[in-house]
Amino acid sequence: MTLHGQISPEPDLIQLLTPEGVRVSHPDFPLDITDDEIKALYRDLVLVRRFDGEATTLQRQGELGLWASCLGQEAAQVGAGRALRVQDMAFPTYREHGVAWCRDIDPITLLGMFRGVSLGGWDPNENNFHLYTIVLGAQTLHAVGYAMGVLRDGVVGTGEDDRDTAVLTFFGDGASSQGDVNEAFIWAAAGNLPVVFYCQNNQWAISEPVERQTRVPLFQRASGFGFPGIRIDGNDVLACLAVTRMALDEARSGQGPTLIEAYTYRMGAHTTSDDPTRYRLSDELETWKHRDPLERVRAYLVRDAGVGQDFFDSIEAESERLAERLRDACRSLPDPTPLSVFDYVHTELTDELAEQKADYSAYLESFEGSEPADKSQAWPLTTVGGEH
Amino acid sequence: MASGTAAGGSRPMLTMVKALNTALRDELSNDPKVLVMGMDVGKLGGVFRITDGLQKDFGEDRIIDAPLGESGIVGSAVGLAIRGYRPVCEIQFDGFVYPAFDQIVCQVAKIYNRSLGKVRMPLTIRIPYGGGIGAVEHHSESPEAYFAHTAGLKVVTCATPSDAYWMLRQSIASDDPVIFFEPKRRYWTKGEVDLRATPAPLHKARVVRSGRDATLVAYGPMVATSIQAAEAARADGRELEVIDLRSLSPIDIGTVVESVEKTGRLIVIHEASVNLGMGAEVAARVQEKAFYSLEAPVLRVGGFDTPYPASRVEEDWLPDVDRILDAVDRSCAY
Repeated sequence: MTLHGQISPEPDLIQLLTPEGVRVSHPDFPLDITDDEIKALYRDLVLVRRFDGEATTLQRQGELGLWASCLGQEAAQVGAGRALRVQDMAFPTYREHGVAWCRDIDPITLLGMFRGVSLGGWDPNENNFHLYTIVLGAQTLHAVGYAMGVLRDGVVGTGEDDRDTAVLTFFGDGASSQGDVNEAFIWAAAGNLPVVFYCQNNQWAISEPVERQTRVPLFQRASGFGFPGIRIDGNDVLACLAVTRMALDEARSGQGPTLIEAYTYRMGAHTTSDDPTRYRLSDELETWKHRDPLERVRAYLVRDAGVGQDFFDSIEAESERLAERLRDACRSLPDPTPLSVFDYVHTELTDELAEQKADYSAYLESFEGSEPADKSQAWPLTTVGGEH
Repeated sequence: MASGTAAGGSRPMLTMVKALNTALRDELSNDPKVLVMGMDVGKLGGVFRITDGLQKDFGEDRIIDAPLGESGIVGSAVGLAIRGYRPVCEIQFDGFVYPAFDQIVCQVAKIYNRSLGKVRMPLTIRIPYGGGIGAVEHHSESPEAYFAHTAGLKVVTCATPSDAYWMLRQSIASDDPVIFFEPKRRYWTKGEVDLRATPAPLHKARVVRSGRDATLVAYGPMVATSIQAAEAARADGRELEVIDLRSLSPIDIGTVVESVEKTGRLIVIHEASVNLGMGAEVAARVQEKAFYSLEAPVLRVGGFDTPYPASRVEEDWLPDVDRILDAVDRSCAY
């Protein structure tokens, strides 16, 4: 025997709906779900894909500075998002548009951030959905701290469904290399915290393939930290829902953390500033197109649930209305005023900032009707860069 | 409301260590949402014993021995704050804060702004700082300027047991994140703490000695050194005004300007390297606001722009009474 002979091969994925749309059962992960509930998930998937695509279009038209598309990852996000209870808290990265949708964050709010009219701006405690975090992995520690608070609030393991609370945090295969993510694993394990780590392995960290990050399947890392890890078909909304629901249930009941690796694929570019043709082959994209997260649900609904064309037509019409609303609302989002930058630096304006604000205000007023130099050409919206 | 009244009545003589300990104890008693977290803060009471006895009285859920990781300590404190808690983090030594730098600069300082005021970050991050204790590398640094440069943070430092007590309580009660620098070489200095006083505002500088010939501005460990320098200068017939800046962000520049309008000369003293240090900022603001009052250029006395040296040479590297007096001579001779 050699020490280095111990690394296990890539395991199978947990799957409850095949790419062809066939329901399969798994002995460990039964999912009690009605066809109406599957129709509701399908609606989520379609609307998320539609507004995500609309955002990409708006960026191409110069209405957004940047967009980080979730194309291909809709099932991973909707499945996880719909597993949450109202009282649970979610900590996203900057690509969790599908989870935001499930938490009732208006997509126009997300667009505002990528248009550059805000840095986020929503109230995380209103919908229990934290602000998008752009620094990779930082939010996993916030989730861990929030879970420490949940534990101290005594809302773990009470047995009351509407009180027991869990925390779900998102990150990607690239961020799994970050120190913060690994510290979060350690904190969660040491404190037996009610947190579920949800890694969307979309195979690419901008241009770096997942092999650049790890030599073991990512879910296996959990065992080294002392909690369960599991890999699911991230393009199967039913598997994502079932497994996340189970992990959250166990967290709420006091059994501690879980790592879920949702195995999926980033069908689009990293962001609108990225050009994936420089680093990956189109064959790979074609392979993953056959595993599309929406098509398999549609196939199931048509073939096995007897859902008629009317349903699909109505979803299509709804997605058209959503896209239209977003286009109009995005274009009419007001720019922040120059003096608004002084708001919300501290809970009260300091004397220092009050002085800077007054000076700047006087400077602006000194133009007396003549406009300051047009700054709109200083940074073409279409070339703003992105994160990892 | 203060609990430290057993020994010495309401105006006990306390070391800075005991003053800080009492402040933590009083805030923990006042507000059940206050938590203390860091490495070794539990049974050990912290490597400097600032948290001595707290875990015994407030329990392991509130005095939290964290796993060993500064980013984890601060990052999890952010999450606790989002959940409505008021964490007080202890960073064991100045030179160990850097793993938490990203969480402090990108998250602690900005979440209130990012959320348009909807999420407050009432964190206090305590950092023992400065040299003069004969320590090994990374245990004697003065990183305050990094944090004072970051919008969204407040940065303060105490020079006396009384300020240690009141400023820590005010920092914990603040709804803004506060980086609280503790001058570790003054930890064992005793001073009277009036536990029933009405404390000065947290971000106000204090004239600790008045004079007419030149102004010394210092903070933290260098306040005592500056007072010694002023006493020595009196023997030469010079009356030096000494200001304890106390708050490094925001800076109470008004108190400094008022003094310079009287003395015409300003020397800023700190242990940190002078390049882009607090002295540079004070000098820039004073020349903006009191240009015609200045009789001489603003001078800085601080650490050299070198890494903090090995301890056998640190006393040469650190500003001392003679280097301050040398600067006073140069200012007055200008």
